[in-house]
Amino acid sequence: MEARMRTTSDKLEYIANRLRGRAVRMVHRSRASHLGSCLSIADILACLYWNILRIDPERPDWPERDRFILSKGHAAAIVYAALAERGFFPVKELLTYCESGSRLTGHITRGVPGVELSSGSLGHGLPVGSGIALAAKREELPFRTIVLCSDGELDEGSNWEAILFAPQHKLDNLVLVVDYNKIQSFGRVKEVLDLEPLADKFRAFRWAVREVDGHNMQQLVDTFAAVPFEPGRPNPNVVIANTIKGKGVSFMEDQLAWHYKTPSAEQVEAAMHELGVDL
Amino acid sequence: MRTAFINKLFELADQDQRIWLVCGDLGYSVLDVFADKFTSRYLNAGVAEQNMTGIAAGLALSGKTVFTYSIANFPIMRCLEQIRNDVCYHNLNVKIVAVGGGLAYGSHGYTHHGVEDLAVMSAMPNLTIAAPADPIEARAITSIFVATPGPGYLRLGKAGEPVLHAADTKVELGKAIQVTDGSDLTVISIGDMLGTVLKAGEELRRRRIHTRILSMPFLVPLDTVAILNAAEQTGAILTVEEHGPGGLGTAVAETVAIRGRAVAFRPLRLARSPIKVSGSQQELRAAQGLSVEGIIGAAEILCRSPRPAVIR
Repeated sequence: MEARMRTTSDKLEYIANRLRGRAVRMVHRSRASHLGSCLSIADILACLYWNILRIDPERPDWPERDRFILSKGHAAAIVYAALAERGFFPVKELLTYCESGSRLTGHITRGVPGVELSSGSLGHGLPVGSGIALAAKREELPFRTIVLCSDGELDEGSNWEAILFAPQHKLDNLVLVVDYNKIQSFGRVKEVLDLEPLADKFRAFRWAVREVDGHNMQQLVDTFAAVPFEPGRPNPNVVIANTIKGKGVSFMEDQLAWHYKTPSAEQVEAAMHELGVDL
Repeated sequence: MRTAFINKLFELADQDQRIWLVCGDLGYSVLDVFADKFTSRYLNAGVAEQNMTGIAAGLALSGKTVFTYSIANFPIMRCLEQIRNDVCYHNLNVKIVAVGGGLAYGSHGYTHHGVEDLAVMSAMPNLTIAAPADPIEARAITSIFVATPGPGYLRLGKAGEPVLHAADTKVELGKAIQVTDGSDLTVISIGDMLGTVLKAGEELRRRRIHTRILSMPFLVPLDTVAILNAAEQTGAILTVEEHGPGGLGTAVAETVAIRGRAVAFRPLRLARSPIKVSGSQQELRAAQGLSVEGIIGAAEILCRSPRPAVIR
C-alpha cells in the first residue's frame, strides 16, 4: 500500500509539472498572464483530476460526476491543460488559448468540455457550488462539489455569505480549497487585507478544516481521500492549502510580478528545464 | 398580484418537481403556503442576496427551475453581478421575482423604490423581463416563465391590485395586449399603471380623443410589431411607466427610430432624481404626472402636436 501510494505520488508530481509546463507554453504563446496563479495550484489539480474526482472524460455531463469549480477563473490555462491531459478535449487545442476565435478564453468558460462554471470575477464559485451541493444533499445524490478559490478572493463578501450558509444546510458534500499563496493582485495578503487567523475563522463558522502543504502530494492525496473530514458531524470541508505563487519555476516563485508577466522564449526554456518536462 | 403569483407558482410546483422557491428572508405570510407544502424545494437563504442568487444558479445547474424572491431592488441590485455572470451568462432557469416594484413601498423611502430595475435588467443577456398589469397577467406570466427556458425577471406590484382584463384574455410571451382600439393616439403602459391609463382613456374618449391602449407585459422580448403598427396607424405614442429613464419609453423610442418611423412621441415616467419625501404610491405617482390627469394632459399635448411626415 505504502509503495503503491508513493509511486502514485511520484506520478502525480510528474503530472503536476507537465501541467505547469503546458501553462507556461500557453501563456507565452498568447502573451497572456496569471502564470504565478496557475503554478501554485498545479499539484492540487493533479491530485484532484488524477486521484480524487469521479469524472468521465467521455461523458462530461454524467449526472453523478463530482463537480469541480475553479472560482479563481484567471488560472484557466492550467485547468484547461488538466482537462486536455485528462482527455476531455485534444491537447493540441491548448495552443489556441486566448487566440482569436478560440473557446479557451483567458478566464475559464463553461462550454469547454469539463468546465462546470464560467468565472473570472471573484467570489462566485462558492455560492454556486453551495447551490449544487444543496441540490445533491436534498436529493441524496452521492457526488461531491469541490470549489477552488484564491486567498485574495476571500476578501469578497459573497464568499462569507456562502461560508455562513453551507454549515446551516449541513453541506458535508462540499469542499472548499483555498490556494493560500499569500500574494494577491496588488501585494501581500497580510498587507492588503490580512486573512489570519484563517483556519480559526472557518472553525468559528462551523467548517471542518484541514491545513496542508499544497505542494506535498502525499498530504494532498491523504487529505482529499478523507472527505468528509468529520463523519457524523455534517460540516462542510475546507482545505487551506499553503502554496507558493509561481511554484516550480525558481525565478517565478513568490513573485507578485508573475501575476502579470509573460515569459520570454528564454524563460520558457529555463522553466521547462527546471520542471523536467519536454513539451 | 403577489397572491396571484404565489398561488400560480404553488399550482405549477405541484405538477413540476423541478420548481424551487428561494427567498432572501422576506415574504412573511406570503410564502408560507409554498414552504409548508414543498419543504424540500423551499429555501430561505437569509439576508444575503449575492449568495441567494449564486445558490439559485447552482440549483439551476442541477436541473431545477428556481424562483428567487425578495422585495423591490433587493433581489437584483446587490447581486447584479451574480445575475449577469452566474445566471444570464450561463442562460440558467432562474426567475427573479421582485415584489413591490415601482413606488409600491412609497412611504418607505428611496432605498425601497424599484424605479431603475427595468433599465438595469434590460441590459442583461438572455433575460426575459415582465411586469404584469393585473393578477390575470401575473398568473399567465408565471406559467410562461416556467415554460420558457432561461432566466427571467418578474416585477410585481404588491397586493390588492384589481383585475383589469377579462378572465379569458390571452397573454403570450413577447406580445402586447390591446385593451381598447382608437385611431388618434396609442398609450402603451407596462405594469399596473394600466388601471390609471384605462380611466384616462375613458375621459379622453369623452373628449373625442380615440385612444388605442396597449398593455405591454414584456419589456423583453418587446412586441415591436404592435409598437410599429401603433406608430403607423395612430401616429402618436404615449408610454406610461412607473419607472425612470431607460425602461419602456426608451425601448419604444428606439424601436420606432430604428425602423425609421416618424411618430409624435412622449414618455410619461419618473424623473431620474430620487424621491426624497414620503408618500403613498398614488401620491408619489401623481406628483410626477403618473395620474389620470397627467395622462390626459400628456395625451392632449401629443394630439395637438403636428404629426411628423412618415419617412418612406
